[in-house]
Amino acid sequence: MSEFKLAVQRFDPLTDAKPRLAEYTVPMREGMTVLDALLYARDYLDHSIALRFSCRQASCGSCGMKINGRPRLACYTQVEELGGEKVVAQPLDNFAIVKDLVTDLESFFTKHKQLMPYVLRSDAQELDHPTAEYLMKPEELKKVLQFTYCIKCGLCTSACPTVAMDVKFPGPQAMAQAYRYLMDERDEGGEKRLEALDTAHGVWRCHFAGSCSFVCPKGVDPALGIQLLRRHVLSGKAPRKQGEGAKVWSAPAGSTK
Amino acid sequence: MVETSRHDILIVGSGIAGLRAAIEAARISNGKLDIAVITKVQAMRAHSVSAEGGTAAVLYPELGDSLESHMFDTVKGSDYLADQDAVERFVKEMPGEIYQLEHWGLPWSRREDGRIAQRNFGGYTYPRATYAEDKVGFFEMQTLYDTATKYGNISFYQEWFVTSILADGGEFKGVTAIERKSGNFSQILAKAGIIATGGSGRLYSFATYAYSSTPDGMAAAYRAGIPLKDMEFIQFHPSGLIPSGILITEAVRGEGGVLVNKDGERFMKKYAPNKLDLASRDVVSRAMMTEIEEGRGMKDDASGLDYLNLDLSPIGGQKIKERLSQIREIAIKFRGIDPVEAPLPVRPVCHYVMGGIDTDIDGATKLKGLWAAGEAACVSINGANRLGANSTAECLVWGKITGGEAAKYAAARPQASVPGELSALEEKRIFDGIFHGKGGTNPYEVRDALQKEMAKDAFVFRTGDGLSQALRTIRELKQKDFLHCEDKSRVYNTNLSDVLEVEGMLAVAEVVVAGALARTESRGAHFRRDYPGRDDKNWLKHTLAYAGPDGPRLDYSTVAITKYQPAERHY
Repeated sequence: MSEFKLAVQRFDPLTDAKPRLAEYTVPMREGMTVLDALLYARDYLDHSIALRFSCRQASCGSCGMKINGRPRLACYTQVEELGGEKVVAQPLDNFAIVKDLVTDLESFFTKHKQLMPYVLRSDAQELDHPTAEYLMKPEELKKVLQFTYCIKCGLCTSACPTVAMDVKFPGPQAMAQAYRYLMDERDEGGEKRLEALDTAHGVWRCHFAGSCSFVCPKGVDPALGIQLLRRHVLSGKAPRKQGEGAKVWSAPAGSTK
Repeated sequence: MVETSRHDILIVGSGIAGLRAAIEAARISNGKLDIAVITKVQAMRAHSVSAEGGTAAVLYPELGDSLESHMFDTVKGSDYLADQDAVERFVKEMPGEIYQLEHWGLPWSRREDGRIAQRNFGGYTYPRATYAEDKVGFFEMQTLYDTATKYGNISFYQEWFVTSILADGGEFKGVTAIERKSGNFSQILAKAGIIATGGSGRLYSFATYAYSSTPDGMAAAYRAGIPLKDMEFIQFHPSGLIPSGILITEAVRGEGGVLVNKDGERFMKKYAPNKLDLASRDVVSRAMMTEIEEGRGMKDDASGLDYLNLDLSPIGGQKIKERLSQIREIAIKFRGIDPVEAPLPVRPVCHYVMGGIDTDIDGATKLKGLWAAGEAACVSINGANRLGANSTAECLVWGKITGGEAAKYAAARPQASVPGELSALEEKRIFDGIFHGKGGTNPYEVRDALQKEMAKDAFVFRTGDGLSQALRTIRELKQKDFLHCEDKSRVYNTNLSDVLEVEGMLAVAEVVVAGALARTESRGAHFRRDYPGRDDKNWLKHTLAYAGPDGPRLDYSTVAITKYQPAERHY
């Protein structure tokens, strides 16, 4: 195809009663992504199209949107792979629309923050004034690595049927990150973390639709994280207690460093 | 009356430098200072996430590495334009920063004994690029953003576009900004400020940079009377992936990948017989453009771009999958090539600006109460050419330093106030001048024309004639009637901020080209075909560009040389 139709959902809360689809004709080129197509439309056809984008290499998490009905990153979706004659771009579900393709992710960031996405340690002095690294074997790192790939794009949370039903549910992104910090050999905050998750709106609300893992562009598999979290909540046992986190490297006796 | 809010410290930009500064200020003030980070994107989206290969630090002196060696390699890489006192401070601070991020949860790749792993990088004598697979910047951003959420005294203005710096009586007072979500215009006052808005690489369309990397912060500082330093030095990284320009990290060559021309020849043997593919970036990029110009490149028909091949087969499939997983993912997704099986088409790509807002060794600008850090700043540790793995490192070190300095300063200052008409004038400029402005020229086409001109005449090889042409083009573009806004809504109007970005791009591009035209020598990344030699007698000095009514006024300042006298570079 030498050109194709790009339909963009338009909505400005100041002037529009409800969203509508606007159609643009975009010239096709080899390797064109949906983001490229949207920027072509924005730059040369209609300057008022609102969208978020930045890195264009699936690292920053800005351009999450629904493309042909499924949550995806616009920069990481080739026009060609969609197969049809038409590309339809709409804002992510489960978030309020700010304008056009831009949604309000504030509650999403707040939920991430509420589950303490940082290392908790009892050695406060060492934590902020390090003398060397906490030792961690490659195989220990491997246990959490997959969960560290989260780019906070919101695709998983927009795909989650439970998020749609329960506004207090932290959602797959926040819970997968809770699991990542819980399992990190350096972390000693497990008891606190499990307590925060063991509520009626916490891990027990997930009913494993699995849509979060299906749409994740980075292979994080939040559903797996939630499942593994449940096991810890059920047993009531944190992987580590205060003082049991990874130890700081110290020079072997007789060496200078 | 313009809406006003107040903080103790205001940090503009949420990349590695900005977030590191925020945490430092929060930490040393023990919760007492009110710190705000203002960013035109959501806080975790900064271009810093795109850094791939490594962060340089000396961690293993027992294996031969030393602070002196890191310092010397950096100074040599800079073609002796770096300030050596700053470089010395930098290399001393770095090991602590690696451990600090590790303690905050960064998943650095590990050696079998559990200690942090390091790899080779261009221009270094020892392997000192600390890495977390090939997603170093991403993990640094994640660690800093997540850690920042721990501090109750750090708040974020997410998706606010800063339009100007407010100064009064020779002191920093705050900024004016537009909230994207509402379109409201505000002044945000603070006792101290830090500009950490990153580089200006989007002056070129073939760039490794995020779309957000426009020189808004630099342009605002420049308009506020602060000089920009050494802006003519722009780094063209050897390996931008065809056709997007996405970065293929130098770690590919660090791990054993090689560049070859259309005859399959490993051409770096001719240009850098010792360091080969791991010579400094300016050297490799010039070699590549020479190969292309002499007909030994290949052409990508769809994009029309010339390229050379980056062959990863010497690394081996297993290692590619483990250590370069993101590169593999990018190559498959954006080019349809699995580098385990076939070479990647690459060419030199705009990657970094060595120049930036002029600061002293503490990151302080010439405006009292304002600091700058990271790529937006020019301290200078990078001189005429930055070594790979030193930029994320610089962001960490001067993020920490400026955060600490700003905190000390703010703790002893009264609340900021500012004459009301300053912000009112700025509001008029933006809303009467642009939002309600009239004009027939598409601002995005002005941007395109600028990028095309920069790629033509301000690229790897430059001449006096080409640079004069570039200056004429930029001045013509400035005269076009593009200062208008088709989007008439106040809500999330990116059209308005895009016009402001283009205005800033033109101002900063003019500084780049004027500095390059004046500098009649070749040093580091700035290569003049008409002046192919380095000229220490006349040009061992920093360029300072001040905003004037008819474009930049150039001045110069001395380079701090402490330990290493300038010598010819060999790789």
